[in-house]
Amino acid sequence: MSSSIRLRTKLRDGIATVSTIIRHPMETGFRIDPESGEKIPAHYIKHITVLHNNNAVLSCDWSRAVAKNPYLSFMFEGARAGDTLSLSWVDNAGQTDSVETRM
Amino acid sequence: MLRRASLKLLLSGSLALLGSVLLPVKVLAKWNKAAFTATDINAALAACFPGQTINRSEQIDIGVHPVVENGAVVPVKINTGLPNIESISIFVDKNPNPLIANFDLSPNCIGFVSSRIKVQEPSNIIAVVKTTAGVFKTQTFVEVHEAGCG
Repeated sequence: MSSSIRLRTKLRDGIATVSTIIRHPMETGFRIDPESGEKIPAHYIKHITVLHNNNAVLSCDWSRAVAKNPYLSFMFEGARAGDTLSLSWVDNAGQTDSVETRM
Repeated sequence: MLRRASLKLLLSGSLALLGSVLLPVKVLAKWNKAAFTATDINAALAACFPGQTINRSEQIDIGVHPVVENGAVVPVKINTGLPNIESISIFVDKNPNPLIANFDLSPNCIGFVSSRIKVQEPSNIIAVVKTTAGVFKTQTFVEVHEAGCG
């Protein structure tokens, strides 16, 4: 069972650049299924938490208007090789996934 | 055997995280419904930053192509040199719901966030940065050739 999250970290001069691509349909709920004519229900990530050594470094609240298979990148200071970084998401259906990596 | 080991690792990792910060019920309860469901940009801004005056700042930069072929995937980079940042928020004024995303940054974060958003029609992308000194914004217009919201 593979994760939906691809998490990459780059460390340089104490500054960490974190980038991730998450496999998720980010369905808005506006689209109509061409075959059934029914609206495809909204299904999108609402929240992401990123922890650095178990401290919250980034917390995201999202709408349906973040793109499909969302990309996210951010940077923070004070990271060292060997630190742990984890990312978790929750979507509007209550589904979750998370991944942890060593920097 | 490899599958069982990796499953065990995934479960233990997930449980540890769920136990600490990410309780789905808790985080979903904090999601600002009034702000995310607002259909007008001013209402969305007011719901995000109640009672605050939002002033323009030249220290916020929105990196986005001014002309976009596919509104379903619009890369956006926000850079800011403002000090003591608490959050960065992205709005698209003509989208059905103008509030797109909010990023709460810890004090050791750099003023930078990059993502990809949906833009339904030619609109202003508005970046709002909340700092300990107040709330600041900048905006840039994006021409969209193919609708991005559905």
